[in-house]
Amino acid sequence: MVTLTINGRPVTTTVANDTPLLWLLRDQLELTGTKFGCGSGICGACTVLVNDEAIRACSVTVASLADAQIVTIEGLAGEGRVQQPDSLAEQVIAAWIAEQVPQCGYCAPGLIIATVALLRRTPHPSDDDIDAAITNLCRCGTYPRIRKAIHRAASALPQSSHAQSPHGTPPAP
Amino acid sequence: MSPLINLSRRAVLKGSGALILGFHLPFLPVPAAMAGSSPMAINAWLKMSSDTVAVIVARSEMGQGVFTTLPMLVAEELDVDWQTVRAEMAPLDPVYANPLLGSMKTGNGTSLASGFLPLRQAGAAARLMLMAAAARIWRVPLTELTATAGVVGHAPSDRQASYGALAGLAGRQPVPPDPPLRDPTTWTLIGRSPPRLDSPAKVIGQATFGVDVRLPNLLHAAIRHCPVLGGTLGKIDDSALKAKAKDKERSPTGYRPGVIAVVPLTNAVAVVAESWWQAQTALADIAVSWNEGANADLTSASLDSALTKALDTTDSHAIAIAVSHGDADHAIAGAARVVEAVYHQPFLAHAPLEPMSATASVTATGCTLWLPTQDQEQYAKLLPPLLGLKPSQITVNTTFLGGSFGRRLESDFGIQAALLSKAVGRPVRLVWSREEDIRHDFYRPASVSRVTVGLDAADRLIGWRHRIVAPSILARVDPGALKNGLDSAMIAGLDDQSYALPALLIDSVRRDTGVPVGFWRSGWHSNNAFSTESMIDEVAAAIGRDPGHLRRTLLTDVPRTLGVLDLVIARAHWDRPLAPVTGGRRGRGLALHQAFGSVVAEVAEVTVFDDGRLRVDRVVAVVDCGLVVHPDVVKSQIEGAILFGLSAALTGKITFDKGQVLQSNFHDAKALTLAEAPTIEVYLVESREAPSGVSDAGTPPIAPALTNAIFDATGQRLRRLPVADHDLRAQ
Repeated sequence: MVTLTINGRPVTTTVANDTPLLWLLRDQLELTGTKFGCGSGICGACTVLVNDEAIRACSVTVASLADAQIVTIEGLAGEGRVQQPDSLAEQVIAAWIAEQVPQCGYCAPGLIIATVALLRRTPHPSDDDIDAAITNLCRCGTYPRIRKAIHRAASALPQSSHAQSPHGTPPAP
Repeated sequence: MSPLINLSRRAVLKGSGALILGFHLPFLPVPAAMAGSSPMAINAWLKMSSDTVAVIVARSEMGQGVFTTLPMLVAEELDVDWQTVRAEMAPLDPVYANPLLGSMKTGNGTSLASGFLPLRQAGAAARLMLMAAAARIWRVPLTELTATAGVVGHAPSDRQASYGALAGLAGRQPVPPDPPLRDPTTWTLIGRSPPRLDSPAKVIGQATFGVDVRLPNLLHAAIRHCPVLGGTLGKIDDSALKAKAKDKERSPTGYRPGVIAVVPLTNAVAVVAESWWQAQTALADIAVSWNEGANADLTSASLDSALTKALDTTDSHAIAIAVSHGDADHAIAGAARVVEAVYHQPFLAHAPLEPMSATASVTATGCTLWLPTQDQEQYAKLLPPLLGLKPSQITVNTTFLGGSFGRRLESDFGIQAALLSKAVGRPVRLVWSREEDIRHDFYRPASVSRVTVGLDAADRLIGWRHRIVAPSILARVDPGALKNGLDSAMIAGLDDQSYALPALLIDSVRRDTGVPVGFWRSGWHSNNAFSTESMIDEVAAAIGRDPGHLRRTLLTDVPRTLGVLDLVIARAHWDRPLAPVTGGRRGRGLALHQAFGSVVAEVAEVTVFDDGRLRVDRVVAVVDCGLVVHPDVVKSQIEGAILFGLSAALTGKITFDKGQVLQSNFHDAKALTLAEAPTIEVYLVESREAPSGVSDAGTPPIAPALTNAIFDATGQRLRRLPVADHDLRAQ
């Protein structure tokens, strides 16, 4: 039995300790915005935030996350959002729509999470920063638009913006 | 207070919130799945409520944008605010057959081409019926009414009603047989780029893909196929899965906790469990023996040598002639100069990001599927004999497709899910691991092509002979379509090529390899554009002509294609030298191809570093796809088609040893990454012709554009894909 913090809420689970986080999210908690793509930590479709870092949920076990803060796409956006509005995530999602990034859309939640993690660390990334940080795969080939969307989201952030914790209070307006 | 009169209580709606507006186009019968849902469901492309218009989309959304572009056609004629439009996937029904493919199927770049007229007519008819309904209620002449932005108005009496309020009565009006369509100069949606309707749900993880289907009482399944292609299941030893003594009480199935059943299938074994991870890990603990069958000794080397050997066959029964005009053999025999080359292309996996998946619920009286598929209708044919049901007892619900590229035309995963549900008597969601997905695909066929070109003393092309040797797809999926041994799909893009060639001979040799083959984005156009567009470049090099300008001289009689070529030459600054780079050589390559009614030309710019690394810097594409319904979707599809083809050309190959696929996941079946993606510019030709295919048409030119660019940079001619198999270091 392990207790994790997912989208700000404690979750106690009885799945086997070696179960990857991905399958706890998808099958037990029905948080299906986190996608299964490769199961090997390569494609990034299952990217979630673990203590603000972008992590492949298929490649970490539930047992290793007992003290971790986990945020999925549902924790950042949509009706199921369970925490305070995350203005950075909102900017990233708005940029994804404005640049009409998604085609099949299967990679989108993982990429948005990866971008949120990047912009928290590096609010105004260069193309090289983006190349290094965004390793998620998109088989539809939306990469040129992903790059544009990241720059668009970054340009909507204040120039002096500092990394903002998803669990802390949003900055004063 | 709303300014609109709400007719929903006093008219015909009987408390129903959402109405289905039908119209009686004579060639469209009642859709059975919707017949019970409303007395007005004569037929439905539209459901209206007070604040939304749902357009029924009968094509699968796999990224190509049909959930946006097809509703645009209806909404344009209906005259509604785009903000109120929703897309809804159609159920399986003959009404929704694709007129260009003969069944409810998505593919071949036909969605927009087949929908362009009927969906606008549907919107126009619906608008007239809404006006007719208002005319009846208000007792005013139709000619005094306006219908715009979702509201029918009668100016003389200052009355208005929303479309939603009128929908119920409108559905019972006579259907105008030949509704007039808008003058294209008044279009407000077609030709613009309204927001995609599927994006908002996708970006927040709320869109339902195949792997996301939820049902009460749902079980999860994982699968392991016979590793040898074409082999079958032998014996299963699942003793390692049996419950330990301490777990026996909570394990009514006798298996360890969570495991429900081990199900044998013809060529695979599946485990059904309470969660997918339990099923997947249980699979690893089962010992299985396989009947490896005829492919047990198959290797890539043996396949390649069999295909290459068949190039020289003299058996006239093995050779299917596709096109023969003039006497190419004679022209080449008498030519002043002959250029000949053989091109080898590998098997390729589709590898959409969502692995194969399907959910099924089978009972004694029916089977319901929820799955990402490009071909709904096949299940009504294939499942009844397997399940002891009638075709009418098969229901198919289509989820979003997490990519497809042709893979989800196949039926395998859906049939497996149905068999598993039948075996355990509960709904089952089957998800393949990525390893199973890569190793058990229906691969883009490998091919070997020989092209021989004869030139006269003035370096004019006087004869072209082109032979492709490959395994046939049609021989499996539609053997009746083979005519005199010719697989007409296999020569796609060769039989209608645009260059002026006085003598042309195109033939093909089918060689079954035992490897399952299927359609991959653009089908055989990908194989045939590579051989053709490489050869044009080789001829240009042999006679010292610029390859862009040589193409011009061969296209003077084909103004549409020539226009595309001229535009790409201009936009890519073809005639200006590339800026040099220290430590590397730069090059530019061009290819053009006609497919699915569209013409696409692409110029690739590359840098080949002295250490052999290759960087694709930029791709410029020009597209003539007829009238452009949604420019941004067209551009995004061309970008995607280029990167999909580029990924394959750079590293894509599926190889075999002992009948087994050697690749297994994205570490050895690599996919292009963001860092490797070039910048892409897409230019669209203005056209009034009917819309033609886009999603497929962008893929064929990129591989030859790439290898032509590498030749320009290095002088190395790559005749065997993928590029990664070659050493590009400076000599």
